[in-house]
Parts: sequence; C-alpha cells; structure tokens
Amino acid sequence: MMRVFAFAAAVVLVLLPALADNYVLRVATTMLMYSALALGWNFIGGFAGYPSFATAAFFGLGAYASGVLQTMGVPMPAAWALGGAIVALFAAALGRAILHLRGHYFAIASLVVAEVLREITNSATDLTGGGMGLNLPVLSLDVTNQARLFYYAMFVAAAAALATTAFVAHNRLGFGLRCIQQNEDAAIMLGINTLRYKVVAFVLSAVFPGVCGGIYASWVNYIDPTDVYDVLLSVKPIVMVLLGGVGTVMGGVYGAILFLLMEELVWRNLLQFHAGLLGIIVVCLVLFLPNGLRGAGWAKPWWRRRTEEAAP
Amino acid sequence: MLYVQVLVNGLVLGGLYSCIAVGFSLVWGVLNVINILHGSLIILGSYAAFFAYQYLHINPFLFVPVAALLLFCLGYAIQLVFINRVMGSAVLITLTLTFGLNLLLYNLMILAFKADFRKVTLSPPLGSLNLAGVIVPVDRVISMGFALALVGLLYALLRGSRIGRAIVAVRMDREAAQLMGVNVSRIYAITFGLGAAMAGAAGSLFSVMFPISPETANALLGKAFVICVLGGLGSVPGVMVGGLTLGIIESYSALFFGPEFSVTISFTLLILLLMFRPTGIMGRRGYQ
Repeated sequence: MMRVFAFAAAVVLVLLPALADNYVLRVATTMLMYSALALGWNFIGGFAGYPSFATAAFFGLGAYASGVLQTMGVPMPAAWALGGAIVALFAAALGRAILHLRGHYFAIASLVVAEVLREITNSATDLTGGGMGLNLPVLSLDVTNQARLFYYAMFVAAAAALATTAFVAHNRLGFGLRCIQQNEDAAIMLGINTLRYKVVAFVLSAVFPGVCGGIYASWVNYIDPTDVYDVLLSVKPIVMVLLGGVGTVMGGVYGAILFLLMEELVWRNLLQFHAGLLGIIVVCLVLFLPNGLRGAGWAKPWWRRRTEEAAP
Repeated sequence: MLYVQVLVNGLVLGGLYSCIAVGFSLVWGVLNVINILHGSLIILGSYAAFFAYQYLHINPFLFVPVAALLLFCLGYAIQLVFINRVMGSAVLITLTLTFGLNLLLYNLMILAFKADFRKVTLSPPLGSLNLAGVIVPVDRVISMGFALALVGLLYALLRGSRIGRAIVAVRMDREAAQLMGVNVSRIYAITFGLGAAMAGAAGSLFSVMFPISPETANALLGKAFVICVLGGLGSVPGVMVGGLTLGIIESYSALFFGPEFSVTISFTLLILLLMFRPTGIMGRRGYQ
C-alpha cells in the first residue's frame, strides 16, 4: 500500500510541470527545496542528534559559490555541482573543528558560522558584490520553461536527499549515527570512529542545502547576503523535522509539506508578523508536540517509532 | 601612544561586555539552557531607556534599576510559563524553544520600534577626559563603571544572599538542593529573571554608547557566547576576564584588520580556543 502511494506521488511530481500553472509550480519548487533542506538537517540533527544551526551557512555559501562561478562563465549545472562540492569541503573542514564540541557549544558554534560567512561575503566586494548583492546571468529561456527547469532541478536535489536518507538509515552509517545520538561515549566504546561518522553526517547535511542554494540563486536571479544567510533558513528545517518526526526517513518530507501549507495559507496574509508567527508555532510545537505530529504518545522515544518506519 | 589608547578603548568596551554576558552565563550555568533571547532582552532594555529619556527625560544611568526590574519581571514570567516545562530536555528542545520565543520578541520589537537605528544623545553632552594624551569619553567611562558595579553586585548577591546561595546550590546539584528544601522551579525562575535583569541593565548602558535596533540583538548574543567560552563557563570572575579579553581583542583587531571583520576574528579565536583549551582562560570545567 505504502509503495503504491509512494509511486503515485512520484508520478504526480514528475508530471506536475505539464499539468499545473506557474503559481502551483512555484509552490511545489519551494516544497521540494524545503524537503531537501529538512532531509539534509536530519542527517546531523536527527540521526546523530547534533543540534546544528548551520543550514543557512551552507545554503548561502552554495548560493554564492555557484553564483560567483556562473559570473565567471561556468555553465549553470556545473556551477551547481561545483558549489555543492565547495560546500562539502567547507563542511568537512568545519566539522573537524567544531564536531568535537557537544550540546550547546556545538549549537552556538554552528549558529555563528552563517554570521561569519555573511561578514566575509559583505567584505569581499570584488567577488560577491558585497551588500549590493550579486546578479546572476539571465537565461535565454521563456518564463514557463525556466519554472520547469528549476522545478526539475529541485526535484532531483530532493530525490537525491531522500534516497541518501533511506540508504543511510538502513546502513552501517545510520546505525553508527544512532548510537552516537543515544550515547556517544558508549559508541566510542563499541569501536565507532565517532568523529568520522559525525563529519560524514555533517557533510551530508551540508551538500543538499549547498546545492539547493545554488539552484535557488539561479532561480531568483539575484542574491544578497541578508537573504541567503538568513537565520530563518537554519530554523525552518529544524521545525519541519520536528513536525514530521526527528530521525525518521520521511519525517523531513512530511514536515516540509505541512510547513509549506501553513506558510501559504496563513503567512502570506500576515507579512508583517512572519517571524513572530513562526516563533509561536515553534513554541507550541516544542511544548505540546515535542515528537512531531507522528508522535501520538509524547514520551515515546524516536528510535522505537523508527522500527515501524523502517518496514517497507 | 596609539596602542595605549586602543588598550583603554578595549578595556572600556570590555567592561560593558562583561555586563552583557554575565546574565547569559548565569542562565547557561545554572539552568543549562542557552538563552537565545538574551540579545533581544538587552535591546528591549535599550529601548526602554531610550524612550524613558526621550519622553520622560530620565537619565539612562538612573534608569538602570528600573530597566533591571522591568526585565526581571519579564524574565521571571518567561521562565515560569514556558521554559520550566522543558527543563531537563535535550539541548535541541530547550534551544529551539528559546529560539522560537526570540523570533516572537524580535518581530514584536520590529513592529513596535521599527528597524531604524536609534541612539540616546545626552544633552548637554558629557564631553571627554584627556588623561596624559589618552582620550576617553565620559559617558563611556560612567557606563563602564556602572557595568562593572552591576557585575560586582551580582557576584555579591550570589555569594552573600540566601537566594544567591540557593542558586549556587541548584547549579551544583539540583536533586540535593531539592532535598534541602529549595523550591527548584522558583529558583530557576529567579535565575532567569536575574539574567534578564542584567540584560536590561546592560541594555540601558548600551543605549548611551551605541546605536540600537532590533537587528543588533544577534550580534550581542554572539558576543555573550564568545565571552562565556573565553572566560570559562559558570563563574562571574570568568565572565569579567572573558569580557575584558574580548573588548581588547576587538579593539586591536579593528586597528589591524579593520572593524568589518570583528565577528570573523572573534569566532576564529573561539574555534582555536575550543580546540586547544575548551575550559576557557580561567580553566574551570564548563557544563557540556
């Protein structure tokens, strides 16, 4: 039953550009982007239990890396891939520096990264245009085909994130990360090379936001530091995963869909109070639904719920 | 001479920084909660002082106790209503909760005060002192004096008063304190209130020295964090050392590299320090 449903969903997603108008397509593209961001965060925040607030840093770095490469004449898809690779290298180096920190120290250290990158981007005016922002080369495609192109690009990114999540969850890596989440010292005792596992999870949590940032930059054609290093980009994926279920395979996707529905239905009527309402949702979520919408039983830990999830 | 001037600037700035960070350190140390709201609470104190000066002509320095009291009540209520419900949860939960509260407070401040930068301009201006070639603005010196006095007051409160001893007891061993008859959730609320009060007081002083806007809150939060890690978590003297160190580092790095890299430099230092000396300059073991 689940398989039939998943197949139907995939068919609808693939055929959507032929059926839907531009508004629906734009919303769907955003949904796929949110899914990829949430699935990305889930590697480090969900599986490994490390509260990372670095998503905005990876997204922004990916956007700027791919944007700058394109202004230098690199073709767009190659720029997205290279941007993702740059973000992965950055995350590997950063992970080695901050992943030995635990709890609060790690959380705040990861939070400051976006701030640092924003400052550097602002100062490197020659390369990035500084606070004036960066204009990307305009594509010679009509509006509808552009919308379709970026939709499929985000689709591939989200599908890759989902496939990687499913692969990791049923793999040695996922097992090791869950051990780290439950008790890191015990995981070390079991012979897990925790730093390596965490760095891999951190890199995975960086690649997908990095590529999404690159696609986003081409999609909107103009980026500036306050937009792509926005701290909300770090918070939203966490909220989505909390909504959908921490450490599960599909949690990020469910959360992204729910979150986007709320955003479209409620927030566009309340533009002045966007961040405030998100704050209220976060507070209610943490106080009343700490295990997400799937967690009917409050105190039920996520690894027990995972066994139902893992069954195909 | 330039170096002495920069050193003095750094010390003056560092005094204020200690006051900014001490409430954050207290909440982190005792409650084991990262208070993302801290930066916004400081800015709220700044706005209170700004409006008190503009409409009621109350001197910001005299307004410090009022701001502290207002923010104490707010902090006490926030802890009782929201944060006490998630005490002892995973880091992600407590952190996300204060993050959500901060988004709400930030948005309310944007709606109420707009994002424009404002600053208290004292009239008549207090001028500046010239001490053997080193120039220090008088308002900054007074701010530093107030800031250090407030930190000292908090230290005395924690060391000398009944409530202070209870806070320290809860920080050391929650269960044992409970068995000794300490009402732990009330102590949590008082601690958070004290943290907020220090933020409000620091905010009043801040409004005299720097332009304020709700957008400044995150930078202040980052500084509070850096100071806590620099000095080592969980002690008032540690925060003093961390604050003065950060003030001096920022002044010299602005001299050598330009002011636009201040966050990058303090963050790089922070990462290096955490790699090689995770317990901070004072060498006390932090809560992890």
